Amino acid sequence: MSDPILKARGLNKRYGKVTAIDNCDFDLMPGEILAVIGDNGAGKSTLIKALSGAVQPDSGKIWLDGQEVAFASPNDARANGIETVYQTLAMSPALSITDNMFMGRELRKPGLMGKLFRTLDKKAMEDFAREKLAELGLMTIQNINQAVETLSGGQRQGVAVARAAAFGSRVIILDEPTAALGVKESRRVLELILDVRSRGIPIILISHNMPHVFEVADRIHIHRLGKRAAVIRPSDFSMSDAVAIMTGAMEPPASMAA
Amino acid sequence: MSNTDSFEEVVKTRREEKFAEFDTTEKGVLQKFHHALHTNTALVPLIVLLAAILVFGLILGEKFFSPFALTLILQQVQIVGVLAAAQSLIILTAGIDLSVGAVAVLCSVIMGQFTFRYGVPPFFAVLLGLAFGTAIGAVNGWLVSKVKLPPFIVTLGMWQIVLAANYLYSANETIRSQDIEAQAPFLQAMGTTVKLGGANLTFGVILMVILVLVLAYALRSTAWGRHVYAVGDDPESAKLAGVNVHKTLMSVYMLVGFICGLAAWVMIGRFGSVSPSATTGVIGNIQAITAVVIGGISLFGGRGSILGSFFGALIVGVFELGLRMAGADPQWTFLLIGVLIIAAVTVDQWIRKVTA
Repeated sequence: MSDPILKARGLNKRYGKVTAIDNCDFDLMPGEILAVIGDNGAGKSTLIKALSGAVQPDSGKIWLDGQEVAFASPNDARANGIETVYQTLAMSPALSITDNMFMGRELRKPGLMGKLFRTLDKKAMEDFAREKLAELGLMTIQNINQAVETLSGGQRQGVAVARAAAFGSRVIILDEPTAALGVKESRRVLELILDVRSRGIPIILISHNMPHVFEVADRIHIHRLGKRAAVIRPSDFSMSDAVAIMTGAMEPPASMAA
Repeated sequence: MSNTDSFEEVVKTRREEKFAEFDTTEKGVLQKFHHALHTNTALVPLIVLLAAILVFGLILGEKFFSPFALTLILQQVQIVGVLAAAQSLIILTAGIDLSVGAVAVLCSVIMGQFTFRYGVPPFFAVLLGLAFGTAIGAVNGWLVSKVKLPPFIVTLGMWQIVLAANYLYSANETIRSQDIEAQAPFLQAMGTTVKLGGANLTFGVILMVILVLVLAYALRSTAWGRHVYAVGDDPESAKLAGVNVHKTLMSVYMLVGFICGLAAWVMIGRFGSVSPSATTGVIGNIQAITAVVIGGISLFGGRGSILGSFFGALIVGVFELGLRMAGADPQWTFLLIGVLIIAAVTVDQWIRKVTA
């Protein structure tokens, strides 16, 4: 197997007396969907935040594509091609789909208007947004300028995933993408995730939903007590085994233990 | 894939419903109107403004409906108009600035006293006044953004501090209009009148209009403007989406301080004199907030347009002049403005209902 695209070794993060991640390792292979599961408080959010630049680990190292990186902010990680879809989606409800897709990386008009007056190139941004939504089969969102608050939960998630897919050249992190959605909408988002993977972009999927995890993940990173307890393949284990490892009821199999 | 999770199979196979489709069926007139208001919040105050001008024009005739009277309104609202432009920016970030009027008065005192007490050339005194306003804005912004204090508290304190400093520094001395005219006419530059037919425009009025147009452009068509809205809408989301929230807030508060400095210069032009006890210091903030609210900018941040606040300021001006010309008790003006404020917020709530 090839080298991991995103690798972490010995990550630590403490909040006062609480150790959120404790000497944790992490590997994401190119082109795979890696699910991260773990009980509440196991430290998976902190791990993910460390990988996406939202949290700076106290110690430990991260490599992206073999190069050591240290992200000072989410923007830093983003500049390196790591996009995160947060559970809250991080969208401004009153602003349009286009505005939200380009938030923080707006395009300016070429020439004098853009340089001197910093005019936004609304047309280019709208075209790009429309194209990206169409690529992911969300073209039924017709009015790219409608406010995000007028969209349904699934549509918002779709826009957020499209935003990540449009700009995330190397890794996409999805935090609980189906948690707030209905059954049908979840299904559509899972299809979206598979669709994004088929473009060759590796995905880190954080989810509590075992059926969803077992359906789409290539490998499952089980997080327990601040570290990686095991990495399993969904074909080799049942959901109850995964939950057992996650909660400590079952020792991780020796071959899989990390 | 595991064997226990086939309960969603039915959805996978039977999914004729579309996922992200929009209902494009014809909407009723009211819904269309609602949608128009939702996308363009300055529409309501504009309609109210035009209706008010029309009503007063019909009642008072030529006396009101003349270029002279209509431009007189512009002159009367120029200070509040500039302050309202500043206030709009803060309110768009879900804040509120109670210190705008006091800062403007202190800046005007600085412009005057630096010229007359220290002999600074008027041009530089004005620049210093603008710089001072910007600095106060920076302090407000820093306290709000870094120390995370509520804007209401920060500016409530700053209002008192600035107002007191203003009296202490000036020793409550007014600089007379004649002295300024004789020795430093540049301070009164914003009072310069331009005649266009029967219309009287001052530089201050022109400055106000240009300021509003420039800000409207910046808010609509630059990344900075989009960030201001995003920060007001949901700062946490804006931050995660890659907006530098601190930088955006600082830029807004500093710009507002600078605009208060501009308001100071406009004040000197309007009054002729420099007076530390100008009423703007005490009621300027409330006047500005009134204009902003009537103009349809949401106090919860992130929604509204600066053109709306400009119309809001004009609505107040039209009511004041119209009712005075009609010989009504001035208290009617306040009563009607009170009604307008409540009506404006009611309309705002209705507009915010996206599902209507």
